[in-house]
Amino acid sequence: MSWEPVIGCEIHVHLKTRTKMFCRCPTGFGEPENTRTCPVCLAHPGALPVPNARAIEWTIKLGLALGCEIAPRAVFHRKNYFYPDNPKGYQISQYDEPLCISGSLAMPGPDGETTIGIVRAHLEEDAAKSVHMGGAEGRIHGADRSLIDFNRSGTPLVEIVTAPDIHSSEQAKRFLQLLRQTVRELGISDAEMQEGSMRFDVNVSVRPEGSDELRTRTELKNINSFNFAAQGIEREIQRQIGIYEAGGEVEQETLHFVPGREDAPPLRSKEEAQDYRYFPEPDLLPIEPPVEMVEQARSEIGELPQERIRRLEAELDFGLAEGLVTSGRDELYSRTPGDRRAVANVVMNELAAAGIDPRAVDGAELGKLIEARDRIARDALTKALAASGEPGFSAEDYLGEALIADASELDPVIEQVIAANEEQVAAYRGGKEGVLGFLVGQVMKETQGKANPRVVNERLRAKLKS
Amino acid sequence: MIDTLRLTAEQASGLLERKEVSVAELHAAYLGAIEQRDGELHAYLTTVSEPEGDGVPVAFKDVISTRGVETTAGSKILAGFRPVYDATVAARCKQAGLPLLGKTNMDEFAMGSSTENSAYGPTRNPWNPERVPGGSSGGSAAAVSGGLAPWALGSDTGGSVKQPAALCGVVGLRPTYGTVSRFGIVAFASSLDQVGPITKTVRDCALLYRIIAGRDRCDTTTVDLPEHVELPEADDLKGLRVGVPKELNEAEGIEPGVSASVNAAIELCRELGAEVGECELPRSVEFGLPCYYLIAPSEASSNLARYDGVRYGPRVPRDSIREMYEQTRDAGFGDEPKRRIMLGAYALSAGYYEAFYGQAQKVRTVIRDEFAAALERFDVLVSPTSPTVAFPLGAKTDNPLAMYLSDVLAIPPNMAGLPGLSIPCGLSEGLPVGLQLVGPQFSENVLFRTGHALEQALGFDSVPERLR
Amino acid sequence: MAISRDEVLHVARLARLALTDEEVERFQQQLSAILEAVGKVGELDLSGVEPTSHPLELSNVWAEDEPRPSLPLEEALQNAPDREGGYFRVPPA
Ligand SMILES: [Mg+2]
Ligand SMILES: [Zn+2]
Repeated sequence: MSWEPVIGCEIHVHLKTRTKMFCRCPTGFGEPENTRTCPVCLAHPGALPVPNARAIEWTIKLGLALGCEIAPRAVFHRKNYFYPDNPKGYQISQYDEPLCISGSLAMPGPDGETTIGIVRAHLEEDAAKSVHMGGAEGRIHGADRSLIDFNRSGTPLVEIVTAPDIHSSEQAKRFLQLLRQTVRELGISDAEMQEGSMRFDVNVSVRPEGSDELRTRTELKNINSFNFAAQGIEREIQRQIGIYEAGGEVEQETLHFVPGREDAPPLRSKEEAQDYRYFPEPDLLPIEPPVEMVEQARSEIGELPQERIRRLEAELDFGLAEGLVTSGRDELYSRTPGDRRAVANVVMNELAAAGIDPRAVDGAELGKLIEARDRIARDALTKALAASGEPGFSAEDYLGEALIADASELDPVIEQVIAANEEQVAAYRGGKEGVLGFLVGQVMKETQGKANPRVVNERLRAKLKS
Repeated sequence: MIDTLRLTAEQASGLLERKEVSVAELHAAYLGAIEQRDGELHAYLTTVSEPEGDGVPVAFKDVISTRGVETTAGSKILAGFRPVYDATVAARCKQAGLPLLGKTNMDEFAMGSSTENSAYGPTRNPWNPERVPGGSSGGSAAAVSGGLAPWALGSDTGGSVKQPAALCGVVGLRPTYGTVSRFGIVAFASSLDQVGPITKTVRDCALLYRIIAGRDRCDTTTVDLPEHVELPEADDLKGLRVGVPKELNEAEGIEPGVSASVNAAIELCRELGAEVGECELPRSVEFGLPCYYLIAPSEASSNLARYDGVRYGPRVPRDSIREMYEQTRDAGFGDEPKRRIMLGAYALSAGYYEAFYGQAQKVRTVIRDEFAAALERFDVLVSPTSPTVAFPLGAKTDNPLAMYLSDVLAIPPNMAGLPGLSIPCGLSEGLPVGLQLVGPQFSENVLFRTGHALEQALGFDSVPERLR
Repeated sequence: MAISRDEVLHVARLARLALTDEEVERFQQQLSAILEAVGKVGELDLSGVEPTSHPLELSNVWAEDEPRPSLPLEEALQNAPDREGGYFRVPPA
């Protein structure tokens, strides 16, 4: 029989606030270890948390962009567990009263829209960074000691939890890319995978096609790339189908995704199941988002990526429309005149390959290049596109050179035109300068516009003198 | 020659203002008294030899973080710990020019009612060294009572200022929750902890409260005082409505001698012009203690998780992080913290939360409502602070429950976040009896006024008889 | 309301306390007695009563997103039981 994958995602996103969630240490990436700490984020005795107003505003903004209700009353809870990167012995998070609840995101797809339910989006604090030494290159297994850097300790994190509404690894990847673009456009996070400012966990289960049961799911943790997400999910889907078809049962477990490794080693066996002893954080008061705060956040949200994808789909095929939007290149596309497909392809492919920042490009000039691109040599176009991000870039400069300027190529055509237009030639020689334009036009016509007008001009004058 | 046994903080600041004594002389006088008597009392864990500031020196319970000065909370797990910052109350005392005399002994992490749970040995009661000073702020109470400090700060979660003040015959205020910053106070139970003054007189108490109280941006649970702290003057109680909660005054276990002194004080309220009436707190006293012993340990189990040997404190070296945690914490915590950590972990753990922690939070609502009702008819509620006078060392150490009962009368108002003032109101078996005055939130001025008038009329001599 | 030996061991594990057999024994008795006493809260029917997690009814207290200076590295590490360079060092997980 055939199987339907059932996939839910949990996404953690660093907010790019200036300070941490509960202390005013500056946030940052790559500073020397333990130089951005204080009694609060080191959990010294007696230290108390003070929430970051901007982090709260931004979480509300994200919640609104994900179609969530903003809770009239949100509460911070303590999630209790011991780990060296968790200095207080508890993480301040949100439990049964999160800031944003029950939203949904209508994700455009090649064959229509899929609605992905957003169960919740809540605010919490990140852990410190552990470096495991002595083991195989920083791997946790076999390490003989761990070194802790608390610079990241207490960085604001938004956790977004989706409903199990995703049904393929490819769909999951597209959802994650759309979400990343959304937080970047909202200006609340850089969502840089390499820096760990965006990380995902995915829950995977499979069920017989057509049934609506929910079978045992496994969780893949700490994925930091879209392709890894897709790979990991695909592998897990196949593993589970394999188990069921062999008459076995899938075990509930948490797996650690290791790129390139065929299996995903278990992170926590289920008998070590955690008991986090959540309870309301007594050092903090409830949040009752004021109307002004919510409306202010709402007013700062522009047209969302999925809306723009839908708009572009009208003039492009889905793949290009989605690609442009989720890569943040659709804005340049929109302000570049010319054949839509051609523009889309150049913006998506050539410009991307040339690593040019779309915001730096003058759309009008780019339009001229694209308009001329069939008339000029490939390498000339490449050269021109590579320069298109430079300030004051003018298409003309490049188009000019790109045209036929070689006298040995032009002269025969010119002589032919002179021969074929005796009257005009005579008129010119008789002082009717204006006729030159007509002759140039004839040469251009003969060369299907590939001749460099400046050079044609010179050669004509020279030949008519003699 | 400065008589540290009799000198009040108010008098001391007078001497300083009139330049009759220097800061150095004053400081030296107390260090001398400590030299002389603290060998027996063991009220101090640390003393500071050089006075910093131009005011009256003050002693801090060792739960208050003091930058560069060892702060252990009475626990081995913080042995040698030197805070890198000052608690807000410490900073405010510094700002007011009060030099730090030293850090006083306490039950480990403020968990106890006799100061016998200190990892550094018990403190003794200045009235009778065979008796406990109460706790957990026993060191601060003994220091003030024994003339080893003009005034001191303690902390009160479930009676830890009021009860030792009562047992040592001094004045102690547990302020309205949220009026004194907890920033820098080694946390026990966050929703209950409050720092309060322990002093010889009610006026001293008001003076010190004025210095430490008020909103702190580092503690989001603090508020600005609705009114300025006034120094009490009046020696009558005209127009004051005094309520006598039946359950707080007739609870089983209240010693006859304690009732006698308290009833005499209640009679005195009438003579001073107050209008006295009975009231009831049907469930607050019966359920206050169980409620407290679920909420406080639950919060404590989480608050004490940070003592893991990673960033500070002694560590028992082991090859795996888990063993390091388990050995470090087993060696660092005494029995009472261990009991409460486990009790709290249990009350919060999956399957028990609703029955224990959740239910206790609802009981807390019941207690709030009962006090609110009583305080609509009365300005102040009076009762004994503790059912007994100071008990002998060791009397309750192997029976935790018996020890807990020592706070059965002090705890209920705490659960409601209400301020409570304990003043000495007489002697029983030659030991001090404390009178507990409870008012609505932010009614400290009323409590000071009431306490001061009674203090004048009672004329209690706070100097322990054996030291006169 | 007694607590079993296994439950004592479970919470001790949760709380990262290595207990000696003698401690397990003693704490099992003491905790059972205490639970007996505090279990009293169960006698009240409080369905419909709102829980109180805070004595004061406040909300929305927060701070602006303005950086303040962090601790100098040496102060951050001042009380560290073990360090390696600028890091806190711990045994492997
Ligand atoms: Mg999370
Ligand atoms: Zn910090």
